[in-house]
Amino acid sequence: MLPISRERLVVVGNGMAGMRTVEELLKLDPTRFDIAVFGAEPHPNYDRIMLSSVLAGEKQVDDIVINTRAWYEENDISLHTGDPVVKIDPKARTVTAQSGLTVPYDRLLLATGSKPIVPPIPGLNLPGVCAFRDIADVDTMIDASTKHRKAVVIGGGLLGLEAAWGLKRRGMDVALVHLMPTLMERQLDETAGKLLQRDLTERGIAFFTNGQTEEVTGKDRVTGIKLADGRGAPADLVVVAIGIRPETTLAREAGLEVNRGIVVGDNLSTSDPDIFAVGECAEHRGQVVGLVAPIWDMAKVCAHHLAGGGELIYTAQVSATRLKITGIDVYSAGQLAAGEDEDEIVLRDARRGAYRKLVMRDGKVVGTVLYGDVTDGAWYFDLIRRRTDVSDIASRMILGQAALGGGTQEPDVAAMPDDMQICGCNGVCKGTIVDTIKAKGLDSYEAVKAHTKASASCGSCAPLVRQLLAATLGVEVTGPAIPTVCKCTDHTHEEVRTQILKQKLKTQAAVREAMAWKTPDGCASCRPALNFYLLCAWPGEYQDDSRSRFINERAHANIQKDGTYSVIPRMWGGTATPAELAAIATVAAKYDVKEVKITGGQRLGIYGIKKPDLPAVWGELTDAGLVSGHAYAKGLRTVKTCVGLEWCRFGTQDSTSLGKQLERLTWGNWTPHKFKMGVSGCPRNCAEASIKDFGVVCVESGFDLLVGGNGGIELRGTDRLCHVATEAEVLEYCAAFMQLYREEARYLDRTAPWIERVGIAYVRTRIVDDAEGRKVLAEKFRHAQSFLQDDPWAERANQGVDATEFKPLPALV
Amino acid sequence: MTELTWVRVCALADILPLGARTIPHRKGEIAVFRCGDDSIFAVLNRCPHKQGPLSEGIVHGHRVACPLHSWVIDLESGEAVAPDIGCTPKIPTKIEDGAVWLAVPA
Repeated sequence: MLPISRERLVVVGNGMAGMRTVEELLKLDPTRFDIAVFGAEPHPNYDRIMLSSVLAGEKQVDDIVINTRAWYEENDISLHTGDPVVKIDPKARTVTAQSGLTVPYDRLLLATGSKPIVPPIPGLNLPGVCAFRDIADVDTMIDASTKHRKAVVIGGGLLGLEAAWGLKRRGMDVALVHLMPTLMERQLDETAGKLLQRDLTERGIAFFTNGQTEEVTGKDRVTGIKLADGRGAPADLVVVAIGIRPETTLAREAGLEVNRGIVVGDNLSTSDPDIFAVGECAEHRGQVVGLVAPIWDMAKVCAHHLAGGGELIYTAQVSATRLKITGIDVYSAGQLAAGEDEDEIVLRDARRGAYRKLVMRDGKVVGTVLYGDVTDGAWYFDLIRRRTDVSDIASRMILGQAALGGGTQEPDVAAMPDDMQICGCNGVCKGTIVDTIKAKGLDSYEAVKAHTKASASCGSCAPLVRQLLAATLGVEVTGPAIPTVCKCTDHTHEEVRTQILKQKLKTQAAVREAMAWKTPDGCASCRPALNFYLLCAWPGEYQDDSRSRFINERAHANIQKDGTYSVIPRMWGGTATPAELAAIATVAAKYDVKEVKITGGQRLGIYGIKKPDLPAVWGELTDAGLVSGHAYAKGLRTVKTCVGLEWCRFGTQDSTSLGKQLERLTWGNWTPHKFKMGVSGCPRNCAEASIKDFGVVCVESGFDLLVGGNGGIELRGTDRLCHVATEAEVLEYCAAFMQLYREEARYLDRTAPWIERVGIAYVRTRIVDDAEGRKVLAEKFRHAQSFLQDDPWAERANQGVDATEFKPLPALV
Repeated sequence: MTELTWVRVCALADILPLGARTIPHRKGEIAVFRCGDDSIFAVLNRCPHKQGPLSEGIVHGHRVACPLHSWVIDLESGEAVAPDIGCTPKIPTKIEDGAVWLAVPA
């Protein structure tokens, strides 16, 4: 190529706004400019919106990189990371970076973004205080979460709440201080703000609303915060997230017109026509923006003008906000509350913890706030953007789009107009997605995301994108937003379970055939899942398939690293009789076992039994009345108990007896993953009920029921389900809860991630609020148990079940 | 070169479909698999990863997933399926008159 001297474009700021503008520019005219990019951070361009997902441990830093270094190289862009620009000279048309490097420009693009607002309070320089703005801040927070316990987040806006939730997920005790009486007051009205606070309080975050932070205390490291009204909280980490302010220092020093942000016209140029500004640092017609959708619009318009175009102008659009906290759905757009000229339509569903509001003016929707169920957010947002006259449906539309059409639960993508915006972050309309799918022959969600950028930022529209792909191709399509069962199928767990019931599929082969499996006999992932789903759907009818069980469940013992097995008999509620202990001792001596150990579930484990010996060992144990402890099962494991009222001076109820009753009720049951219980006789909680799948804490007035705890890889305290007065109720609630978990969780989901996904409010709706539904669930559970409570050890030791499993063929000489 | 001899080890029906049996042998335990299409494969019962007993894994297609760490071994070649790398020795098999035969060192 001829070394024609090209115009030089220098971009100050290697963030989302600047790089999106460069991407748009390369699309329009890839050769017009020599491009140089300066970034203060040492990283390539990444998706700042997703920092909260990194903090929450849902994503890694690598996952959120938008443009890799290779991308800059491929596009011949010289990238200077970790080298912020410190001076602009508009007369000489040069910029100078911290390293001393000075480069000339013909056009300059300012995309300096924002800086966190720092309140004027003492103590913010202490180690352990950070903002929540960039990867370095997230690293600080993650590091603190591994070494310290207590965190305080200052600021109850979007960012502060996501920081608080992320730190909570990382195991810290989190308190949040907010200046205003309700959370996210700029995006949510009072009611939704209070619902949000209630739900987050239930998830263990403490709130100080109306809280004015006066001081961050500490000497060598932060130790706490003090509020103006005298309240205070201890802290090892303080995150300041009270807001952001446009970063305008460079522009101001260069003599550009700066108000709150760098003042730009409709073409995004500043007061110097060769200098443009986009993103959070820019101020357009008195407005600065902090959401991604308008910034993408700016990028498009700015690129158009940089490429020599003259037509496009930037106009501010309504934006929608969504909070990224797993299991808490909040959506708002447009005007939040009615003024003199507007009316509000409000729907409250206290039982489901759902709330929705529409703000109406002259028969049009001008704003919406949704809490709990946000499926109609995109529809309302579309009506707001189009200023559609909805007078004729106004009275019913609060119930949602589905209620109007009488159709399905899901929004009807086929009925959406082509210019309906699907991805708010990236401004991608339905028509663009459909056209791209057809033109490029795309057939996967990932490909659609890569080609159109729809759902590539915050990801909340991923289900819609998937539906559009499905509708366009005329087939069911799935992608990573909802996981498929395995590589043998494109169907999700939920789809498979629905079809098993709907089409009355009663064998694995029938499921694989009806749902177009890609493999003849599945794989090690889907076979155990299908086996469980069928077992759960058709109790007594479906024949459990031992070939679809992992070895431990097939051999009814746990394989150890040396290929031998452990044998753990059930010890009801952690108790044993002398005869049972004697039988265990006899077996241990007779088979020369390597170890007898008390397990974490209050039982005795016999380790090092050879597989061919298992049936004989079980035979001796069953003779003494012992049965399998199912220590190997994705099913009921143990019920841990304390001695309770019978012996303990603090005991309030007979926790041991209640634990045994629970164990008698539930043993033998198969569940999506292992299921552990605990019953404590008083709130001192010696049985650790608060980290069990189902926990009971006895109190004077009855029983507190806890669910969804996990003491394993990801520590999670239980959510409180409710309080009941009698043992009979404990048993009924337990059976109903287990059945709900069996029917609705995905195979290999423990209760903790399942509840994180569906929300404790939902579980309460089904188990606590709906008495009739609870009885039905409990009855289904008992019905299933009537087929499952046969001791597998006795069957194999005495009735010859699965004999070939344990018997090697004759040796070859 | 080692000379191999065909030895009858069991009836086909002695191995459940999608199942496996083990055979003690002086050179190490052998695992014999019966796949969904009734084809028979035999390998040394030792995963190339951490010596897990492959006979205890879930059989699917012409593959088995090791019970210890879920490596997948291709029974046609004895090799681990990518991205894992490793191989377990394969023993020739045949089915004659409803019986399973292995070719083992004489």
